[in-house]
Amino acid sequence: MPVHPSPSSPSPALHLAVALDGAGWHPAAWREPGAGADRLFTAGHWAALVAEAEAGLLDFVTFEDSLSLQSTDPAGPDGRTDLVRGRLDAVLVAARVAPLSRHIGLVPSVVATHTEPFHVSKALATLDYVSRGRAGLRIQISERPDEVGHFGRRTTPLDPTELYAEAADHVEVVRRLWDSWEDDAEIRDVATGRFIDRAKLHYIDFEGPRFSVKGPSITPRPPQGLPPVSALASDAAVYPFLARSADIGYVTAHDAGEVRAAVAALPATPHLFGELTVFLDERQATAERRLQRLDAAHGAAYTSDARVFAGTPADLADLLLEWREAGLTGFRLRPGVLAHDLPAITRGLVPELQRRGVFRQAYEASSLRGLLGLARPANRYAAPLAAATSPASSPAA
Amino acid sequence: MSKPLKQIHLAAHFPGVNSTTVWSDPAAGSQIDFDSFVHFARTAERAKFDFLFLAEGLRLREQGGEIYDLDVVGRPDTFTVLAALAAVTEHLGLTGTINSTFNEPYEVARQFASLDHLSGGRAAWNVVTSWDAFTGENFRRGGFLPREERYERAKEFLDTAHELFDSWDGGEILADPVSGEFLRDAGPGAFAHGGKQFDISGHFNVPRSPQGRPVIFQAGDSDEGREFAAASADAIFGRYRTLEEGRAFYADVKGRLSRYGRTPDELKILPAASFVLGDTDAEARELAHEVRLQQVSGATAIKYLEHVWNRDLSGYDPDGPLPDVDPEPGENTIALGRASVRMHGDPVAVAREWRELAAAEGLSIRELVIRTTARQSFVGSPLTVAQAIDGLVQADAADGFILVPHLTPGGLDAFADTVVPLLQERGVFRREYEGPTLRDHLGLAAPRTLAPVRG
Repeated sequence: MPVHPSPSSPSPALHLAVALDGAGWHPAAWREPGAGADRLFTAGHWAALVAEAEAGLLDFVTFEDSLSLQSTDPAGPDGRTDLVRGRLDAVLVAARVAPLSRHIGLVPSVVATHTEPFHVSKALATLDYVSRGRAGLRIQISERPDEVGHFGRRTTPLDPTELYAEAADHVEVVRRLWDSWEDDAEIRDVATGRFIDRAKLHYIDFEGPRFSVKGPSITPRPPQGLPPVSALASDAAVYPFLARSADIGYVTAHDAGEVRAAVAALPATPHLFGELTVFLDERQATAERRLQRLDAAHGAAYTSDARVFAGTPADLADLLLEWREAGLTGFRLRPGVLAHDLPAITRGLVPELQRRGVFRQAYEASSLRGLLGLARPANRYAAPLAAATSPASSPAA
Repeated sequence: MSKPLKQIHLAAHFPGVNSTTVWSDPAAGSQIDFDSFVHFARTAERAKFDFLFLAEGLRLREQGGEIYDLDVVGRPDTFTVLAALAAVTEHLGLTGTINSTFNEPYEVARQFASLDHLSGGRAAWNVVTSWDAFTGENFRRGGFLPREERYERAKEFLDTAHELFDSWDGGEILADPVSGEFLRDAGPGAFAHGGKQFDISGHFNVPRSPQGRPVIFQAGDSDEGREFAAASADAIFGRYRTLEEGRAFYADVKGRLSRYGRTPDELKILPAASFVLGDTDAEARELAHEVRLQQVSGATAIKYLEHVWNRDLSGYDPDGPLPDVDPEPGENTIALGRASVRMHGDPVAVAREWRELAAAEGLSIRELVIRTTARQSFVGSPLTVAQAIDGLVQADAADGFILVPHLTPGGLDAFADTVVPLLQERGVFRREYEGPTLRDHLGLAAPRTLAPVRG
């Protein structure tokens, strides 16, 4: 159900997330002072970023990932030596920082195209256990031919429509596996010697055109029941997948008109977040000069699929509120330089939004679902409590 | 001059999903809440253990067409929980079983390389194989391996993973903001593997990790398993054996190493072992008996018998005599997903032997199962247990043990508090960690293929 701000509840409803990747989203970010480019593959780098985001009361952070080297060439490695190359597994990074944080949601990226939904389901359920209810999943597909070569099980070219259909099946399997244990399946009944009530464990019996999965999971239902699933809403071709599979879509709109179009096209998606790359400074001219300096170091102007914002926290707040009026519920910001723009978000933008009464002053929930205003879902396999009144409503296997 | 004392290696197996775990004890806690893993890992680290070990299962076990409901069931994902434990420990090695049948080398290699980075060099991989269609039903790739190909796939999987780990030599990342060179050369991570099981090529995307490669463990008693370990593993898991059996296994496996140009120190032999401690030996024996009764309920005894009989025995009284019918011949179809099924070679012969034993000693089904199933490896006072462990290690029956307590998560506490200090006093177990990595704890050199870091 949509959680769009309602006039009757003046509570702060703007949600804020940041997208973590390397040293930041500008290609030259790693060269900036304090970027810590030699520490990108350490736990300390990620823990510090998450701590900063949590200090700013953000809803969640996402961790980018891929099953290939980063490249400017969609076909394969570009051979460049001037850009950050190499990534750690996003689920493991999220798990590594989970015990060091307490409130913020942790949303790793997973490539559905080459992964097993059974493994992904138990990994995310476990992330939910180790974070005590703060796991989310960002799902993506990969058309890259070099990635195909890393797995050797497909042939190229890959059809994105087919890959999104497959990703939808992937998410369906992941969610069924999360539900495959009812919440009270563990009974520890000493009298009968039974540890579990097997009637509360369910085969998911997923049968699709691309794969089938039996279940149940080996991991009990995670604390959130179903951790939120998110995906990039980069263009209309993705919308059928988003409509079926996502709790949060990240909209790469460039103006309020595009925002309204996306919102109209995805009426049932609970959250639509605006996606922007941001360069923030106390003066707009400073932000623009910094972006120019980064571009000069890189040797090319920064371009992005999402809108690029260079300006002050106050101006960014204006833009976010304008887009919120157009129907978005929150934003996933890509800091141009993590070392600079993440603190600018947490220490500049957040106080500005708080002053305007549209952002939380303290964490109000202990789970990611709670922060996003999403109820904990009932288990699809559990017999309804009021079974007698609705005899045909049980989907139990 | 007497032989110098060998240093004992100790590790702890989180007592998750098995019939060893006593869940009915009031002291038993959660097997899934992260707090349990934190408690267990911190106890192991406080005791200066080499590593924590997690087993894996990819399908819930079934018996008689139903999910098995008498044992602890429900466990976390191996990689994810190990990565989280890296945040709450500083030295403890983090060892996980990962199946080579239902995974792909690129993904597993980057998960282990990531875990090694995120733990500062504490990752280890216990390489196992499955071949059954039963487990395959949970995977999109489905299917299974012909049994005879399982070690072939495991070997090639491991070889491929090593090619990926070695595709970065550690000197590629300059990260020089002044020159603008992030990489020293174009295209690190290049690999190409062409083989019967895998035909893949491209670029690995995780830079070389602190240990270069994770430590490799292998479990296996079979001839193939021993050979695989001798060729490729840093440590081999096994069963706890008596002194003489242990020495024979130890000599056999260590003897195989020279064929691969390796020295005996390069493969540690670490049997899994359970224990029951008491203030006195007599008290420990009494407690051990109680634990056995908790582990083997009447219902559990009947189910266990079905592993051998391969037929429904639910009509039998666990406090009565053994069934007089013979086991159902052929492939075991009643107990699915059970490793223990494969331990009983000829079911008819096992049944005959058990009937004779039960008749001779007047044992009921439950008493027979208690008698014949895994006994506690070490039972006694802390001093007795410390002497037994040290004795086995000094006599070359093992290099150490992977301890499996029967209680989650506090089952290791007493061992850490009472036995470990005695081993330290004897000078056979570390008082402090000597280095940060698991290779340091195990006394293993860096992988020899690790190229020197340039510049």
